[in-house]
Amino acid sequence: MLILTCPHCGIRAEETELAPGGEAHLKRRGPGHSDAAFEDYMFARKNPRGVHFERWRHAHGCGKWFLAARCTATLEVFGTYPARTSGPPPDILAAIRARRPGWEAGE
Amino acid sequence: MTRYSVFAVAREALRWHSGWQRAWHSPAPKKAYDVVIVGAGGHGLATACYLGKNHGIRNVAVIEKGWLGGGNTGRNTTIIRSNYLQDPSAAIYEKARSLYETLSQDLNYNVMFSPRGLLMLAQTHHEVRGYRRTVHANALQGVETRWIEPARVRELVPIMNIAGPRYPVLGALHQPRGGTARHDAVAWGYARACSAMGMDIIQQCEVTGVRIAGGQVQGIDTTKGAIDCRKLALVVAGHSSVLAEMAGFRLPIESMALQALVSEPVKPCLDVVVMANTVHGYLSQSDKGEMVIGGGTDGFNNYTQRGSWQHVEETVRALIETFPMLSRLKMLRQWGGIVDMTGDRSPILSKTPVGGIFVNCGWGTGGFKAIPGSGWAMAELVARGEPGPLAAEFGLDRFREGRFIDESVAAGVAH
Repeated sequence: MLILTCPHCGIRAEETELAPGGEAHLKRRGPGHSDAAFEDYMFARKNPRGVHFERWRHAHGCGKWFLAARCTATLEVFGTYPARTSGPPPDILAAIRARRPGWEAGE
Repeated sequence: MTRYSVFAVAREALRWHSGWQRAWHSPAPKKAYDVVIVGAGGHGLATACYLGKNHGIRNVAVIEKGWLGGGNTGRNTTIIRSNYLQDPSAAIYEKARSLYETLSQDLNYNVMFSPRGLLMLAQTHHEVRGYRRTVHANALQGVETRWIEPARVRELVPIMNIAGPRYPVLGALHQPRGGTARHDAVAWGYARACSAMGMDIIQQCEVTGVRIAGGQVQGIDTTKGAIDCRKLALVVAGHSSVLAEMAGFRLPIESMALQALVSEPVKPCLDVVVMANTVHGYLSQSDKGEMVIGGGTDGFNNYTQRGSWQHVEETVRALIETFPMLSRLKMLRQWGGIVDMTGDRSPILSKTPVGGIFVNCGWGTGGFKAIPGSGWAMAELVARGEPGPLAAEFGLDRFREGRFIDESVAAGVAH
């Protein structure tokens, strides 16, 4: 069972308390962008086998959105952080690199 | 290759079964092939088989990371149906279902296709309207389905609690020629047919890279060495995004765990397949007597082929309301598979941004039923370089153009 700590209320929530929200840090595209860029934003996903940044909502708790860094191959959780950021914070990146040497953040 | 028949069984019985051969060869990979197919599950093997049978392309290798049919082909609940709402879906799933009818004869391998009939229960008024609409759509598509009333459901499935307090059964969509087949045998039968045509099936050979030059595929690197190819078909379900990443493009796919479980074997009590989409569970009884139960997907990206407790509980809780006798059964096994979900819950059979690379993926939670049709359409796509009528609507470009084949609405959930 997946357990994530909500960075807002500090509760260690198991997955039935949480609502998954898909890949995090997508660049929003809209009017003025090409069809291809909009398609990428809407549909194309990294879907990596390994480190994944994703959105979650503490649905049956404080109700707030947050982000999690997680390994999709082992279900290991590297950390959670508030959703008000455009990229993973340094302490999360450090936690990932400590446990996945050689891992590259990618775009 | 010896043909399987009653005479072969008799002959072998007389010589202590000493003459049976392996069903397929396991050669070392050659330097080059016309077509390399990655993924020796049902879809990959069916693609190879119809490349040989329908298009005369036999210099083909099927590469498999694990063992043959060990992914979702061996992890599904073996349900076969084609009662889809949208025309392109009904066409390819009905093609598959009709190929299943004679697959044992065509492959000379018993896939135990059992057209025992399939019910999709309507347990809300919304579902009643939805399924009545599907019946009309299926009539136009030439797919035989009918709407049946609760009294008929009770006749077909005596163990069902029709008048449950929360979700009474208000009727059902009945596909009399839907059913089940032996999932492993489908993979084994196709593998044997491919091997007999001189194709190479290479197991325990993981792809580590895709070589591309000038926008055209040149070959792949594997744990058993480099293999050149003119055309490359990626038919790897849950790992499609990983292979696409190697080839330098992204897919509109997210991989998630879907799980199923079986009970201890009991005497025959259910001779149709029952799907209950409102409560989200589906049920059939295997020939061994086990109740085969399918559940829902996790909502998050996952490659671990593991299930989760709360989904087992959710599924079983829901089914017990409709099938009270299940509450007395012990569950024997539970397992997970990694399904490749697209936004519109329809598959992708498509050319890709790289010349010579084709993808067949996105079957999500419902790939087993489609294996023969998927292989048929994919073989046509790979052989001609352009999709035929069955695959035409399932291209990657549908996401850019907004031409979705929206089965997430049509099928509800279980799919």
